[in-house]
Amino acid sequence: MKNCLKVLRAQRDWTQAQLAKELDVSRQTVNALEKGKFDPSLPLAFKAARLFGMSIEEIFDDGE
Amino acid sequence: MSNGKPEISEWEAATVKNTVRLGIWTGAWLLTLAIATFGPLLLWESRPLSIVAIAINLGFGVGMIVANKHHLQGLDELHRKVQLEAMALALGVALIVGLSYSTLDVTNVIAFDAEISHLVFLIGITYTVALALGLRKYR
Repeated sequence: MKNCLKVLRAQRDWTQAQLAKELDVSRQTVNALEKGKFDPSLPLAFKAARLFGMSIEEIFDDGE
Repeated sequence: MSNGKPEISEWEAATVKNTVRLGIWTGAWLLTLAIATFGPLLLWESRPLSIVAIAINLGFGVGMIVANKHHLQGLDELHRKVQLEAMALALGVALIVGLSYSTLDVTNVIAFDAEISHLVFLIGITYTVALALGLRKYR
């Protein structure tokens, strides 16, 4: 699943570690999410959406 | 982003705490297993004492299982997925290879006895390799 987490993070000048801390996950998880290697659960997707003040669909694209 | 958060996240703090707790329970379980195994050979000859030692070892084993459950629940979702895949592979290999190994023994194809310790060793190796590969996959 594609997403714009890396762009959103860069816009805020955050490191992966800072974003990981905000989402309460590991830095490795943020890295895997950004690279599209791992799809988040619904609760984590909601958490990211709340953090960036956007909807889930604006951040994550399932290609449908 | 709030700056009031501690240096390490809640997730990291919980994971460290759960890992240390699991390590302590595992160490205690191993120690009591060694006492239950070697006690009758080196320390005592009493059967009731052996039963008590085995019961204590079982108790620590239950504690270790509970600590492992808490450890897994405390992980983030990516690490839980990696753990699940590693444990599934270890269980599958243990079941398939373990039964084949036992059949080799029962049918006298191999000259030696199929020991449970061999199976435990195989599970440990499979789990460790699968865990390392899983962590590398998502790096």
